[in-house]
Amino acid sequence: MGITQLEIEHVARLARLALSDAENELFSSQMSAILCYVETLNELDTDGIIPTAHAVPVQNAFRSDAVQPSIGTDQALSNAPDRVETFFRVPPVIE
Amino acid sequence: MELHTLTIQQLHQLLKNRQVSSVETTRALLKRIETTENRINAFITVAADQALAAAEAADQRIANGDCQTLTGIPLALKDIFLTEGLRTTCASKMLENFIAPYDATAWARLKSQGAVLLGKLNQDEFAMGSSCESSAFGATRNPWDTERTPGGSSGGSAASIAAQQATATLGTDTGGSIRQPASHCGCVGLKPTYGRVSRYGVIAYASSLDQVGPVTRDVTDAALLLQAIAGHDPKDSTSVEQQVPDYSTSLKNDVKGMKIGLPREYFIDGLDPDVQRAMDNAIAHLKGQGAEFIEVSLPHTNYAVACYYLIATAEASSNLARYEGVRFGHRATETEGLIEMMMRSRAAGFGAEVKRRIMLGTYALSSGYYDAYYLKAQKVRTLIQRDFSEAFKQVDILLTPVAPTPAFKIGEKTADPLQMYLSDIFTIPVNLAGICGISLPAQPSAAGLPIGLQLIGKPFGEETILRAAYSFEQTTDWHRQKAAL
Repeated sequence: MGITQLEIEHVARLARLALSDAENELFSSQMSAILCYVETLNELDTDGIIPTAHAVPVQNAFRSDAVQPSIGTDQALSNAPDRVETFFRVPPVIE
Repeated sequence: MELHTLTIQQLHQLLKNRQVSSVETTRALLKRIETTENRINAFITVAADQALAAAEAADQRIANGDCQTLTGIPLALKDIFLTEGLRTTCASKMLENFIAPYDATAWARLKSQGAVLLGKLNQDEFAMGSSCESSAFGATRNPWDTERTPGGSSGGSAASIAAQQATATLGTDTGGSIRQPASHCGCVGLKPTYGRVSRYGVIAYASSLDQVGPVTRDVTDAALLLQAIAGHDPKDSTSVEQQVPDYSTSLKNDVKGMKIGLPREYFIDGLDPDVQRAMDNAIAHLKGQGAEFIEVSLPHTNYAVACYYLIATAEASSNLARYEGVRFGHRATETEGLIEMMMRSRAAGFGAEVKRRIMLGTYALSSGYYDAYYLKAQKVRTLIQRDFSEAFKQVDILLTPVAPTPAFKIGEKTADPLQMYLSDIFTIPVNLAGICGISLPAQPSAAGLPIGLQLIGKPFGEETILRAAYSFEQTTDWHRQKAAL
């Protein structure tokens, strides 16, 4: 199955990736080849098969709702590209 | 005595008996890194000063009578493990300057024993790749032949062992990323059962598949290192509460009566003749020691790569959404508004393979395609898992190749991502099934390149594969061969 450049642009938008024209073109041909390959899964009848999300049966792991030490504001902000006081600063969201 | 060539076990004895110090060993390894790194590029960050300070502290500890298995042992970590105060890049420009505020649990456990951290190792960017070529910090070269890749994604972890730059290392394995480079570099690599080792503080690629494991010079060291990192961690809800066995009891020469399965789908026509020869030789060795071989079938093997590249990329597209240029990581400047800032930060911070996988995963999860791709793959995953449960009704472990060929050349597969993906055909099913596997050196190729043998175990069957691996190692000396550097 092929994937069009228009679809690539839509997916890139969903993935929040500003791709160049060259990348758009490259990914559209490479992803088409990969999607064509994964089509082989359709040879298998999977009706009634329960999907596996996790290989090992795991249950919700709860802990007691108790206050524990955390890394604190300064550490949490220490890798921020831009900060002001105790906030992450970002470009304007609303005009 | 060449301190850089020792195993954990050998070095531990010497440290305990005060015949060598951690400081002199650490110096010897740092010197080795210095003289070989320009040819190998196994490290992204070498932490010489911190390592020497940790070694001094370890020597003090040993002087006070406290010498645990890893006290004073110089190790290195794949740069996917968070290390407090030391840069963690995940081989991406995105995290070029990221300094983690806390330690990954696996590393915290080693550190609490007094292990010494030499530095952080190269890998494929965000662990996405099979050759270490997608690193933003340049490719790592295979110490056995520097024209070839060390495999990936934990290529630095394996190459640094082969180049004798560290006593042991940790890697991570999502689709073969410990076992395949171990195979290509002639070392031992163990992927434990999903849930055996905490993933806390390990930068996530595909969360239902990622698992931490050792890369070492021999099977004994793999058991020792696994012992130190295994066990439940309240900070990783997928780490299991099951008791950790004493893996040292597996280190005995005993495969008499062990039933070993040979999956016919792994021994296909057209398997590289060198790999076939190594497998035949390994089977003969184990037969000679009393193991019994039975042909088994894993009928869905051929669908594993397709299944993996949908599940892994879907999970990756979700996991990597966190890199948005706000809280950490690369931020593009002079952008108009928040969304454009995020889109351009991600475009500039991620390399081509990471973008390709995010795109594929986003597509597989997107409206209208979810059932056809992601859900379908999860159902096929069930079939692959069942294949293994059926096989393990007949046999104790499975024996297979690790990779279809010895290490390939740098640049050989970069132009065709699908060809690169297919090189993981024999390792991927183990991750999808969540079981354990070990790669250890078998008979090298005619040209002298290492070839790994894979032993696959039941869920939490690490003891059995370690015992078979240890037994095999006793009759061979391939793990003692050293790359001429």
